[in-house]
Amino acid sequence: MSVAVTIETIEKRFENFPALRGVSLDIQPGELVALLGPSGSGKTTLLRLIAGLEQADRGRVLFGETDTHDLSLRERRIGFVFQHYALFKTMNVAENIAFGLRSRPHRARPGESEIRKRVSDLLELVQLQGLEKRYPSQLSGGQRQRVALARALAIEPRVLLLDEPFGALDARVRKDLRGWLRELHGRTGHTTVFVTHDQEEALELADRVAILNDGKIEQVGSADDVYDHPATPFVCEFLGEANKLPVKVVGSLAFFGDRPVLGGITQNQGGLASLYVRPQHLRIVDETPLALPGTVEHLRRNGPLRRAEVAVEGLKKRLDVDLASQVAPAIGERVRLRITHGNLFAAA
Amino acid sequence: MSDTAPPFVAAPVRRKSAHGESLGVRIALIAVSLAFLLLFLALPLASVFVEASAKGWEAYRAAITEPDAQAAIRLTLLVAAIAVPFNIVVGVAAAWAIAKFEFRGKNLLISLIDLPFSVSPVIAGLVFVLLFGAQGYFGPWLQAHDIKIVFAVPGLILATIFVTFPFVARELIPHMQSLGTADEEAALTLGASPWRVFFRVTLPNVKWSLFYGVLLCNARAMGEFGAVAVVSGKIRGLTNTMPLHIEILYNEYMGAAAFAVASLLAGLALVTLALKTFLEWRFGDEIAASRRH
Ligand SMILES: Nc1ncnc2c1ncn2[C@@H]1O[C@H](COP(=O)(O)OP(=O)(O)O)[C@@H](O)[C@H]1O
Ligand SMILES: [Mg+2]
Repeated sequence: MSVAVTIETIEKRFENFPALRGVSLDIQPGELVALLGPSGSGKTTLLRLIAGLEQADRGRVLFGETDTHDLSLRERRIGFVFQHYALFKTMNVAENIAFGLRSRPHRARPGESEIRKRVSDLLELVQLQGLEKRYPSQLSGGQRQRVALARALAIEPRVLLLDEPFGALDARVRKDLRGWLRELHGRTGHTTVFVTHDQEEALELADRVAILNDGKIEQVGSADDVYDHPATPFVCEFLGEANKLPVKVVGSLAFFGDRPVLGGITQNQGGLASLYVRPQHLRIVDETPLALPGTVEHLRRNGPLRRAEVAVEGLKKRLDVDLASQVAPAIGERVRLRITHGNLFAAA
Repeated sequence: MSDTAPPFVAAPVRRKSAHGESLGVRIALIAVSLAFLLLFLALPLASVFVEASAKGWEAYRAAITEPDAQAAIRLTLLVAAIAVPFNIVVGVAAAWAIAKFEFRGKNLLISLIDLPFSVSPVIAGLVFVLLFGAQGYFGPWLQAHDIKIVFAVPGLILATIFVTFPFVARELIPHMQSLGTADEEAALTLGASPWRVFFRVTLPNVKWSLFYGVLLCNARAMGEFGAVAVVSGKIRGLTNTMPLHIEILYNEYMGAAAFAVASLLAGLALVTLALKTFLEWRFGDEIAASRRH
């Protein structure tokens, strides 16, 4: 039932604004893929193109082997969950969920008792039994979200598309629904694409993450891939905090000023580069040949995390250093920092 | 997106209200508004009914059942029965086009929809005479084909349609615009045909605005005087609507009869008002909800 989705070099402009600039993406049957990117990067546009709600200027979208260009919206059999759910306000929950089945052409339409059964199965699936007579205005945000999902699932979609499914919910409900959606996906196995601007959500939920920026895909990969091996500076900065150091690479060493700070570089990229280092990849050490001296200027606590801000000579921005289980330094203390892991990008 | 209306909270006496006016100012403001309403609305309305019954029930009945009056009532109902449905269909179509699609000349169309409100009804009537009258642009052609528009029922209907056109569209456009197109897109992805989307999603979403528009449109269609007066020719028993009939009676010093027929129109206004109030009271939550979402 689930199909592979192939997106081939899609271009889309709105008037003169290029919203998508040559986007390609292969999605396996049954895969859960996140489209991650900042606001305005083209996520919704790409999702709407897959759904057939927008037409591409160039490129194709294939479901399996079929070019979707000639398919009507009904023939595409898409389950689309809109950002603000778009529930029908004049219909109750049961009528909302049954809408797709009742919209089928006469011959393909199931009988009323069959429809009722399907609605109640779906309500059970999304854990909303007993609410069939409620109207959307009488539901909480999380409940609306689940009604929207049940309504989309009712037509037995080949592909499930969700636009910021948790965007309008408060933090606690988001967390709950995340785990629930992951589990639901495991049970139903729909090819699923969901849009989010929350990197934590994308990394936690998705089999693979596609990171969009300015209408282009910067990188596609598993959570570990994109987090540990970002392909571009944008991905590195977008997926989490990172300190940025201008360095010069000579042989296998990276120099900050005339001080070597990172060794063992195998990438063949001599010359000026930017070194991105996450706060947890900076350690305070006693003595080491590759170290960066600095002064602790500030100490912060963020939940379980303690963090030091270290000023380094020749660098405007202070470095964020996670202290993990290390003994906290004092403010004003001179420390030496060792970089345990970093990502190098040739300077533009 | 709160689901309850803010509760009415009586401000404690002797304290300034949230807006800072003192109690005295508020009483004065309310008194002025009430006095205005009494003087310009309630009093004239009451006088209509008082004058209508001045010569007793028999005279009232005679004034209303007299053949010319009956013809005027029938004609008014006929005109409204054609003009209102026509404006519903065209108004809904125009509102739909404006709210759901992007196209060139959209702003022009919006201004054009308002045109009947900004043009004096008399001028509107004159335009129809200019177009379709004996000396008008299409006059000779119409005469050659033996079609009468001006000084006949079709002219009355055209003039009424023109004057009452904005009511439905103006109620619907802002409401439909605020709703956006997400519901329709959702219905389409679920496999609904465009007709089903329209009748099951779009129309139910705006039913209260539509009903308001129709109510106002109908009241105006039955009460319209200016434009209708110009194109009617005032042929008794043939092209006189109720407002025109009233004027003729009044000019002929048949005050009681005039007010008797006028009381019917005034009654219509009251029924309209009552219906509107009832709906707001009975379905207030739904109306507010459908406007808010
Ligand atoms: N219908 C439209 N008309 C004009 N510009 C649009 C339209 N839809 C989207 N855009 C523009 O395309 C860009 C990408 O939009 P979108 O796909 O909604 O971004 P995202 O969902 O990632 O926030 C934005 O700059 C937006 O302003
Ligand atoms: Mg978006």
